[in-house]
This record gives sequence, structure tokens and C-alpha cells, in this order.
Amino acid sequence: MHLDHTHDGPTAVSADAHRRDGSRRALRIGLGGPVGSGKTATVAALCRALRDELSLAVVTNDIYTREDAEFLLREAVLPPERITAVETGACPHTAIRDDISANLEAVEDLEDAVGPLDLILVESGGDNLTATFSKGLVDAQIFVIDVAGGDDIPRKGGPGVTTADLLVVNKTDLAPYVGSDLARMAADARTQRAGLPVVFQSLRGETGVADVAAWLRERLVAWSA
Amino acid sequence: MSRAALLVLADGRFPAGGHAHSGGAEAAVKAGRITSAAGLEDFCRGRLHTAGLVAGALAAAAVLGVDPRQLDAAADARTPSPALRSAARRLGRQLLRAARAAWPSPELDALGVQFPKGAHQPVVLGVAARSAGLAPEDAAYCAAYESVSGPATATVRLLSLDPFDATGVLARLAPELDRVADRAVAAARRALDEGVDALPAASGPLLEVAAEWHAAWPVRLFAS
Repeated sequence: MHLDHTHDGPTAVSADAHRRDGSRRALRIGLGGPVGSGKTATVAALCRALRDELSLAVVTNDIYTREDAEFLLREAVLPPERITAVETGACPHTAIRDDISANLEAVEDLEDAVGPLDLILVESGGDNLTATFSKGLVDAQIFVIDVAGGDDIPRKGGPGVTTADLLVVNKTDLAPYVGSDLARMAADARTQRAGLPVVFQSLRGETGVADVAAWLRERLVAWSA
Repeated sequence: MSRAALLVLADGRFPAGGHAHSGGAEAAVKAGRITSAAGLEDFCRGRLHTAGLVAGALAAAAVLGVDPRQLDAAADARTPSPALRSAARRLGRQLLRAARAAWPSPELDALGVQFPKGAHQPVVLGVAARSAGLAPEDAAYCAAYESVSGPATATVRLLSLDPFDATGVLARLAPELDRVADRAVAAARRALDEGVDALPAASGPLLEVAAEWHAAWPVRLFAS
């Protein structure tokens, strides 16, 4: 980004990889996807899997409540000061893509308050298949869909499915009950994503969130290199 | 300077956080005070001549070079509701980020140092307009227009109001916007000589009361 940037300004105005004091900021990962696909459950599982090895925090973008933030607080996946809710004025994709100022403030305030942080997960409110995160807000993004939302979603494509750095197909345990063809979903996703990775996951299964956590660890190694 | 910078600053898509705020419209809709385009027009007229006039004068005074710290204190004094003060500072901080990217200037940097958690939005708007080479009139128009365009856009979402009707409301308010901007600039020029007490202090008590009510809701679409 701004490799020759000097850090004497009062606040960062962009996705600068460094904080005001010159230290490297936390890796920011966005999680987007349709309503009910399991974004918050994935965030909760990631917090449980990673909180003992990493310093992490979460920003939620609810559409009209603080419900996602409150779920994470109730589940006590992180101390409350590490979870911030951003209000989005009925428009989650605006807050993560077109006007990211409230989210940038939330991630910066979290680093100021509880930092240094290794990782900040920014969860979008449930939205449509075109909702992706701005590169000014996150360093990489995960798009979460589920098998019960229809096994034709990977074929239909759209920016979330085709361009996200990781596509998660969630709730694979439900596939037999809703008649979703996992092999077809995998083949369609391969065609749409030109080599970008796909994870099939059931948070109720034995492996749980392990594959996504492993992908995040690789990202972190690359980020701190 | 470029007058076209005003189009950039006044653009509803300028990324400064305004999309998450209803300017009091959400509370007014819930209370049954806005149910139609006519109700929206009444609400916007009231907000324009109170909060809009004050915001316009603060912004114009900042363009003229009145000390932002004095203007920020004047804005606090004219905003009884803690919820509205907090919203104005959040929006000011968000606007500062966008303005510093659009029109970098030592004055905007200094504002960020003085107010790390944000100055009142109209004050930041004025310093941003000044950094963009715009005139006090431009900033006053921008602030006054924002005072009605925010609620109009929000009401389209809240009531599924016909967007053409909402735009018609804004167009019909245009002559009043001209007058409010004129009054705001005149007051700002007086403030340059007489101090910030010369700025208007018109207030809509219901806006302030309803903002406190709204801030306590557990479920809402807009941040204010």
C-alpha cells in the first residue's frame, strides 16, 4: 500500500499496513454472505479455536439490531471489550464496501483500546450475493454460503462467490435433508473461482471450523512476514 | 479553487458515514409524525430552519476562519441531547477521514489532533470546504441540504415512500434552502467580528427529546 508513507498524521486515512506509532496493525479479515448462512456461528467458532494462540477482536455489522454482537457476548467467545457493533442504516453492503468509515473507526478503536491485536474479524450483516468488502477495510475476505440456501448458488456466481479469498460452504450436515448435491456445488465453485480455495464445513461435525482456522493461520504468517 | 469540489463534498455518496443516520426521521416515523410525503416535508422544513440553520452557520464560520475549538464549543451549547452530540462527533470524525483523503491540508490534520474522537460534523464540514478552496456560502448550502436530504433518504427506506415523492419534497424546499444559507452566512460573518455568540441558536426541542428516546431502542435501522 503506502510503503513510503510517513506516520506523523493524526489518524490513518486508508488501509495503511502500519499504525500511527509505526507498528504493524492487525490483519483484518471480512466475513460476508447471505442471511442465515452461519457467519456469526463461524466467527464464534473461530474465536474459540484461535483465542488462546492469538490476540483477536471482532466487529459486527448488524442490519437493525445488536443481535450478532450480543450472541457473541452471550456465548462469551471473547471478553466484551473485544467486540464492537457498527450500525449500518439498513444497508450492510454500504458499510463494508461503499462507505467504510464507521468500520475503519471500529477497527482502529479496538486496536487502541485492547491492542496490540493479531487479527480482527469484520462480520458483515447478512446481505445478497453481490456484497463484498472494500480493500480499504479488509486484507482478505471469506464468503459464507450454506447448502440449505440452494445448491445452485455456486453456479450462479456473483462477486462474493467468485472473488472472495475463501468460499465457505456451510452446514454440509444438512445436505441429505435439503437435497443439495455437494459434489455439484464443489464442481461449480471450482469453475467459478479459478483456483481460489473452497472449504466445505459443518460446525456440528468433528473438524468444525478447523479448515477455516488453518487458512487464517496461513494468512497471518504471510501478513507478519 | 474549483467550484466543482462542492459537488464532490455534497454528493450523497461521499463516504463520510451519513448513510447510517436518519437525522431524526426514524424516531419521527415511529412516533407517527411522519406517515407520508407531506409529513416528511413538514419534518424537513422544521429541521432545516433549526438544526439546518445552525449547522450552516457553524460550517460557514469555519470556512471564514473562526477557531474550530470555539465553534465546537458553540455546537455543544446548541445541542442539548447527549445522543445528538455523540452522533455529531462520530459523523465529524468520519467526515474528517474522507476529507483528509480528498483535500489534504494542515488544518484538517490539526483538527484531527485537537479532536481525536471527532469535532461536531458541521465544524469539520466547514474546515473541509475551506481546504477544498470553497466559499462560506458553499459550506452553508452543503450543511443545510444535508439537514433535509438525510431524513428524506431515510424515510424512503423506513416507510417505503415513493422515492420520486421524497425528491419532490427536497425540490420544493429549495427556495427555503437559499434563504437559510443566506442567513447562515450572514451570521457567520457577524461571528467573525462579534464571536460565536452571534451564531444562530435555533433548536427543535422534539428533535432533541426524540434523539434520546431513539438512542435507547434495542432495535433500530439507523444510528440516529
